[in-house]
Amino acid sequence: MVDVPLGHVGTAPEADSGDIELYHPHSWVTKYVFSQDAKIIAIQYSLTALTVGLIALVLSWLMRLQLGFPGVFSFIDANAYYQFITMHGMMMVVYVLTALFLGGFGNYLIPLMIGARDMVFPYVNMLSFWVYLLAVLILVASFFTPGGPTGAGWTLYPPQAILSGTPGGQDWGIILMLVSLMVFIIGFTMGGLNYVVTVLQARARGMTLMRMPLTVWGIFTASFMALLAFPALFVGAVMMLFDRALGTSFFMPAIVEMGQVLERSGGSPLLFQHLFWFFGHPEVYIVALPAFGIVSDLISTHARRNIFGYRMMVWALLAIGALSFVVWAHHMYVSGMNPYFGFFFATTTLIIAIPTAIKVYNWVLTLWRGDIHLNVPMLFALAFIVTFVNGGLTGLFLGNVVVDVPLSDTMFVVAHFHMVMGVAPILVIFGAIYHWYPKVTGRMLNDALGKLHFWVTFLGAYAIFFPMHYLGLMGVPRRYHEIGDMAFVPASAHTLNAFITIVALIVGVVQLVFVFNLFWSLRSGKPAGGNPWRATTLEWQTPETPPPHGNWGKDMPVVYRWAYDYSVPGAADDFLPQNQPSAQPVQGTAHG
Amino acid sequence: MGSILIFLGILFGIGLWWLSRQGLMSKPWLEQGVSVAYVPTESASPAAARTGLRVFLAVVGSLFALFISAYAIRMQMPDWRDVPLPNTLWLNTGMLVLSSIALHRARQSASRGDEEALRLGLLAAGVTALAFLSGQILAWRELAEGGYLLSSNSANAFFYVLTGIHGLHVIGGMIALGGTTVKAWRGIAPERLALSVGLCATYWHFLLFVWLVLLSILTGWAGAVIDICRQVLG
Repeated sequence: MVDVPLGHVGTAPEADSGDIELYHPHSWVTKYVFSQDAKIIAIQYSLTALTVGLIALVLSWLMRLQLGFPGVFSFIDANAYYQFITMHGMMMVVYVLTALFLGGFGNYLIPLMIGARDMVFPYVNMLSFWVYLLAVLILVASFFTPGGPTGAGWTLYPPQAILSGTPGGQDWGIILMLVSLMVFIIGFTMGGLNYVVTVLQARARGMTLMRMPLTVWGIFTASFMALLAFPALFVGAVMMLFDRALGTSFFMPAIVEMGQVLERSGGSPLLFQHLFWFFGHPEVYIVALPAFGIVSDLISTHARRNIFGYRMMVWALLAIGALSFVVWAHHMYVSGMNPYFGFFFATTTLIIAIPTAIKVYNWVLTLWRGDIHLNVPMLFALAFIVTFVNGGLTGLFLGNVVVDVPLSDTMFVVAHFHMVMGVAPILVIFGAIYHWYPKVTGRMLNDALGKLHFWVTFLGAYAIFFPMHYLGLMGVPRRYHEIGDMAFVPASAHTLNAFITIVALIVGVVQLVFVFNLFWSLRSGKPAGGNPWRATTLEWQTPETPPPHGNWGKDMPVVYRWAYDYSVPGAADDFLPQNQPSAQPVQGTAHG
Repeated sequence: MGSILIFLGILFGIGLWWLSRQGLMSKPWLEQGVSVAYVPTESASPAAARTGLRVFLAVVGSLFALFISAYAIRMQMPDWRDVPLPNTLWLNTGMLVLSSIALHRARQSASRGDEEALRLGLLAAGVTALAFLSGQILAWRELAEGGYLLSSNSANAFFYVLTGIHGLHVIGGMIALGGTTVKAWRGIAPERLALSVGLCATYWHFLLFVWLVLLSILTGWAGAVIDICRQVLG
């Protein structure tokens, strides 16, 4: 707990500031740099994560250039290729998606959506961002060390991860990667405690759990999961760091490296895989659940219809969260573990399809007979549903042991998880940014640029990843720097690879349009007003836009209804804000 | 991975019990007004701090459960040679128990408003915790002198890592305890310190519990339990 002196609220009279401990910034530095305001921290998290995302995007270009035009780019040798794969994967999964959804959207939306002034531990929240930034810097630093970053693959499987044959294995690369992950986890734990405890303790009067928007439910559940799952990665990282730096044999079996017998014995590489995937599989849902929540809110708002089956949606979120802890070994069907376990894990994996399908049906039924506004956030939300179903269906293939074994080392797996865990959540992130940008900045993002961004990204992603399934079914292996001439790979596969690369470059370039839009609209966007989407949730009802420090000014909001009162029969307006007592519109709740 | 699954099972059980009291079956689309609502805690701070600590303990618990899972899997390998535990550990355990008792007494004195007893309790807890930590370092030295080096066998490595991680958590607690103790000696009213002292005490009891679990595993008493866990999942 931090003891902070109660000062003056910048814009509101101090009348109501007595009932909540709040940190009040006094200088530019404490307001915008070392800020304890969740909204500023959210922007810091988001900008850092988007920057890392751009780096990871460039890495994917380099990989695609090698796959599409092997041998043309001499600087991409096998080592560099593996380094690009590793850094692209780890950056996107941990430092971009997790950080954006929880650190970015979590920080911005939780306090606003539940009607709190801020997170409950603002100082710890600030530390969380700076520790995250430190983790990013450590990771990026590995590009500039002798030997370069680790090329062990994003799963960092031992023993190869710490042997000299792997790039960075006997240099700084793997050490920096492990240290960076540990630092990230410490930083995340600080943030995660805030997200969870804020939802539990700081909700506005009237905001019962079952009145919370699904966005908050998604982020809340995912934060809880991340708090329990990241320790597994931490344990794995600590033990591997010991193996690499101090000569222990946690994961290192007796091994001959380059003709030399190493002084290791008895370690279990499988143990690392258990630990890694005990984190790794929940991680998929740590990214997916906030996306589920956000998409529910986007669809409901832009179809002007209450979410279908709200209770079911909440229960499904919780069920997916719990189930995702008992499916990890479906990533290990080919690791040589007991085949009976494979049967068990295939069963649990397929059971997850039930709550997930409930969610998809409910989204579709929310759209049914809705007043669908095809604006940019809605387009992204609809694209998410389609993409998630696509990616999910191939998940049913891979969840079965007998189908997985032949497909496991092919491009099919790459296509599957990029659809379900790459493209799908990124579409939600874009949709969410188009949706909430007006609240963050007070201005709308440019619509034409947004639609251009959407269509190229959406169609491009399909042009990239649909053919990749086909490559996988043909048997084109993943993780290969160069396929070369293999009897079973026809010439058309090479043409297809070149096609995928060209589309990937185009999709990448269009992201720059998005970045341009972000900065251009900051000054030149259309003024948005307080509630441009005519939405019900509390963040759109703040007295000022963008909301100042403390969010609510003098009076805290009181919640009278659930988050989805759209098109209520008999109401004057087609939406009833959560803080509106009766069906009659109240003057001045949503200002212009 | 049995121990982490058991740990999570217990945690999810608690979560389910808690959620069942949160109106998860209610139909929010039919309800209006604030009368049905939960009443938020007036001042968020003490309740938030207590909830925050509980959630944090869940995270720490998960960390140790995972280490124990890893231990259970690794010890099946044929190269495993048990570590003879230094006798110092028993003294250290005693110190940690005393530390926990002292903090428990400090918590009671704080709520009674007994300043002298509070100071004494905090000081005793700090000194015994420090004794525990120094004792652990002594145990490390004893082992190292006996030739049980970190890299010579994974059983040794686990001993150092488990005690080390536990020690780091005690050190983290010492920082909070140190801050509280300083405040107590500066003459801040015991009632105002009751929250911090209470949080420290909860954390201490938890670390004592973790230590006893670790000890039972390092000594092999928990072997039977580990066998069961291993049956559940390799």
